[in-house]
Amino acid sequence: MQPATRKKIEALFERYPEKRGALIPALYLVQAENGYVDAPAARDVAELFEIKPVDVWEVLTFYNMFYTRPQGRHHVNVCTNLSCSLRGGRGLMRAIEAHLGVHAGETTKDGRITLGHEECLGSCGTAPVMQVDGRYCEELDEVEAKRIIDELD
Amino acid sequence: MITEPLVKNYLTEHYGDDSFRTLKGYEAKNGFDGLRKAVSMEPEEVVEMVKSSGLRGRGGAGFNAGLKWSFMPKGNERTKVLVVNGDESEPGSFKDRLIMERGPFQVIEGVLIGAWATGASKSFIYIRGEYAYAISVMEKAVEQARAGGFLGKNILGKKGFDHDIVVHSGAGAYICGEETGLLESLGGKKGQPRIKPPFPAQHGAFGLPTTVNNIETFSHTSFILSRGLEWFQGFGTEKSPGTTMFGVSGHVERPGLFELEMGTPLKDVIAQAGGVRGGRALKAVIPGGISMPVLPASQIDVRMAEEFLSERGSHLGTGGVMVMDDTTCMVRVAVVASYFFRDESCGQCTQCREGTGWINKICDRIEHGRGMPQDLELLSDVPKLLEGQTICAFADAAAWPVQGLMRHFRSEFEQHIEQKKCPFPDSFEI
Repeated sequence: MQPATRKKIEALFERYPEKRGALIPALYLVQAENGYVDAPAARDVAELFEIKPVDVWEVLTFYNMFYTRPQGRHHVNVCTNLSCSLRGGRGLMRAIEAHLGVHAGETTKDGRITLGHEECLGSCGTAPVMQVDGRYCEELDEVEAKRIIDELD
Repeated sequence: MITEPLVKNYLTEHYGDDSFRTLKGYEAKNGFDGLRKAVSMEPEEVVEMVKSSGLRGRGGAGFNAGLKWSFMPKGNERTKVLVVNGDESEPGSFKDRLIMERGPFQVIEGVLIGAWATGASKSFIYIRGEYAYAISVMEKAVEQARAGGFLGKNILGKKGFDHDIVVHSGAGAYICGEETGLLESLGGKKGQPRIKPPFPAQHGAFGLPTTVNNIETFSHTSFILSRGLEWFQGFGTEKSPGTTMFGVSGHVERPGLFELEMGTPLKDVIAQAGGVRGGRALKAVIPGGISMPVLPASQIDVRMAEEFLSERGSHLGTGGVMVMDDTTCMVRVAVVASYFFRDESCGQCTQCREGTGWINKICDRIEHGRGMPQDLELLSDVPKLLEGQTICAFADAAAWPVQGLMRHFRSEFEQHIEQKKCPFPDSFEI
């Protein structure tokens, strides 16, 4: 863990009545360093929070937005729940899988993109939708989705 | 980013106007009038007013918001906390995102009214992690409110009215929208729901007395205070006053958000969205988010409020209306819905952890032509093993969609099993 990250985490403590409240925001900060949080990083966090490493690990693995393994440089997550599916979301996912040559949950061989599925991005009125590095791309069709993906470095 | 609803009413009147997201712009539109009115009253009077307004929580359960506030213990010996539920993750629901993105000060004002009424000195706005933009808008608004003297000590010159707000990001788990799951998650733990009692008013966030309300619920309170009970009750029905934001998605011409009165006929809500796409026939509607039982086209002459929908065996939920036309395979709907619950079960209770996967497996094999006649019996029985048998209502929510689909579309499940394939080739891709 970088000293600057440690400092930021310590600054978070005062926002919560108990130090532990800062754990999820802290894990985001740690993840921002390398794109994922591995076991040694989780141990560092545990030490800082004065809790057991397993307590950190169970939080890390419970939430979809934390990663314990290396990820692609970009995250592309396609929404596959009903509102999006009714408007072609799953077809879009198949098309992107074919375009990238990976299945949902996998990373392209060049390490460029990790493709994921989302069980609802909360954008049902603008379906189908995908999220690229946290940014929403709405009312998509295959052409537009591929264009957005191809423009990523 | 979504910009504004397609039909507006009081709550969303200024959405789309960028200045409304600044403190100055908000104040120029009579912002904080509700809070000023609140602090001119005794806290108990504010609780009583919200209670008698009949405002029902907009997060899905529909409990009287003021009554919930009244459960907070009196006295100042313990720090009291408000939690704002912005963890909207129910497929079909996307209203709170718009409120946070376009009306962040309405949320802050509602929270401050709640804080004055309940004596809470700290609030946490818990927003699902995927809503990165909404999080940044809310954070900026909180900073501005703090700089403008609406947070901190002696707010509006009221001695002892101290309050601060923390914007907290979730990390991607549907169950954290459940009241006690959210409290666990806020405490830096897995978002697994707690057994009640103790209820959050006694033992909530960090063990402190806590009230949890939805983003939209808080947003209505400023209007109740500033414009009065009679005005508020002029909208909606006797049992469900006010407006709400219906999110219409699926097979309609114009999907989006519509702020309409509670009790608006479902047919009118669909008509607002331009009706069924391409002039096709309507097949079914899920009226309130994916966990709510489906209504077949023959039963959509119903008003959109809990008291009417429950008579039809469904619920208002979050008001997320999902429309399906006559091409739709209802077994596919069951596959998609049941996968969601399988994926999002927190795993704490055996019935839910095992049952959600079991239901999904059965639906999946029926859809793919591998269903067996006894699967129909299983699909009737397994949901019963979930309903009412677990710590939280997630298992009920997992049981209801498949029960609704089996109630109204059993023949489609039978057709799949008899024909050993899906009989709806034009349905959406799975």
